[in-house]
Amino acid sequence: MSPFTLVDLKRILLEGAGADDGVDLDGEILDMEFVDLGYESLALLETSSRIEREYHISLDESAMADVTTPRALIDLVNSHLAAAA
Amino acid sequence: MSTSAVVTGLGVAAPNGLGTDEYWKATLVGRSGIGPITRFDPSSYPARLAGEVPGFVAQEHIPGRLIPQTDRMTQLALAATDWALRDAGVEPGELPAFDMGVVTASSSGGFEFGQGELRKLWSQGSEYVSAYQSFAWFYAVNSGQISIRNGMKGPSGVVVSDQAGGLDALAQARRQIRKGTPLVVSGGVDASICTWGWVAQLAGGRLSTSDDPARAYVPFDAEARGHVPGEGGAILIVEDAAAARRRGARVYGEIAGYAATFDPGPETGRDPGLGKAIELALADAGAQPSDIDVVFADAAAVPELDRAEAEAINAVFGPRGVPVTAPKTMTGRLYSGAAALDVATALLAVQDGVIPPTSNVEPAADHDLDLVTGEPRRLPVRSALVLARGHGGFNSALVVRAV
Repeated sequence: MSPFTLVDLKRILLEGAGADDGVDLDGEILDMEFVDLGYESLALLETSSRIEREYHISLDESAMADVTTPRALIDLVNSHLAAAA
Repeated sequence: MSTSAVVTGLGVAAPNGLGTDEYWKATLVGRSGIGPITRFDPSSYPARLAGEVPGFVAQEHIPGRLIPQTDRMTQLALAATDWALRDAGVEPGELPAFDMGVVTASSSGGFEFGQGELRKLWSQGSEYVSAYQSFAWFYAVNSGQISIRNGMKGPSGVVVSDQAGGLDALAQARRQIRKGTPLVVSGGVDASICTWGWVAQLAGGRLSTSDDPARAYVPFDAEARGHVPGEGGAILIVEDAAAARRRGARVYGEIAGYAATFDPGPETGRDPGLGKAIELALADAGAQPSDIDVVFADAAAVPELDRAEAEAINAVFGPRGVPVTAPKTMTGRLYSGAAALDVATALLAVQDGVIPPTSNVEPAADHDLDLVTGEPRRLPVRSALVLARGHGGFNSALVVRAV
């Protein structure tokens, strides 16, 4: 299975939670805090739920709670994908 | 003397006009927004007409982050709030957060959003249900989203009493102002023209099954046969009169009097409570019946409810003793949005010295009402009485007065 990328994450964020008008998701966002991108905990819950059903994985809740940046979330998803492979 | 609460801003989303100006122009010329339902295919339902708000594209009015988490009623309410704040000349970011509250009315919550998520639940599974369903359907969601978007952390809440709610919310706003909050965003906006909302409304047994937009909703007419539902409503900015005066705000009028009563059970044989609500609201306003220049009727269009309302009005004002109007004949009944829109309309009537007409109605002579039909009636309007009843026995009456 191909790895989960920022492109995938941006698509899922937009579908599930939309985008803040003041934020450019095409900018350098990998290491920005989700909160600064306009996504609060409920947006991340929706995002993780969409990732889980699309990629048929189950994200560990406590690991998810520690995720605060796109890079951390992408790494978490890829570690699950690797484990499932 | 209690603190006086005044209205300084209006935001309207109505089936016959998006925005206060469009709505008011349409209402004065008697242009109706009632027509065949377009939001779903109504052909297999017994009632097929509604008042739909035209031309509202949420993306043009509210931030992208809010679109996936809001029902149509919330999107309309957020836009109407922006317009009302602008109309009032209020920039929320410049005011202390705890000096601003939000009290709206609701009747059913975000039905269309909830319908979509329930459909996913039973057709695809729980993992497909949006996390935002947790609040997007909820009665208090309009108050919550308005509060978050505008940084308003003062006393807030929601009032749920069907169609009476629009008045009850404004009364609660007045209470909070008397307790010391300088500004409260209030009113109500509703929208449940979706199949789930529709069957819920059909179950109430009061929908008109006529297919003729000009004859379907005709309160106080011998052919009254139930109502046509609509969507939309109004958001009003309510302020402490002294605070409004200090910042030089334009004032539409004062919320001068209010009362609510509850009907006795049908088995008691006692009279319904609307008449008592009128008397108490006038007393609260310190007004005599002769001070009231116009009554905005609840206008249920169910024959026995029309009779009860006409009797309640006539008991206070005398037969044909006061002009009565029901502009909601051009919008349909908007549930929690209806009375808020009627109050906004009454304040526009005060501002312009004109009573908007009731459309399509041939008044039944035995109601003995001076119903304003056909043309608007031009006369100075100082005080207006707005009536609203909610399913299950709610009666509310509110007096607005020029300042």
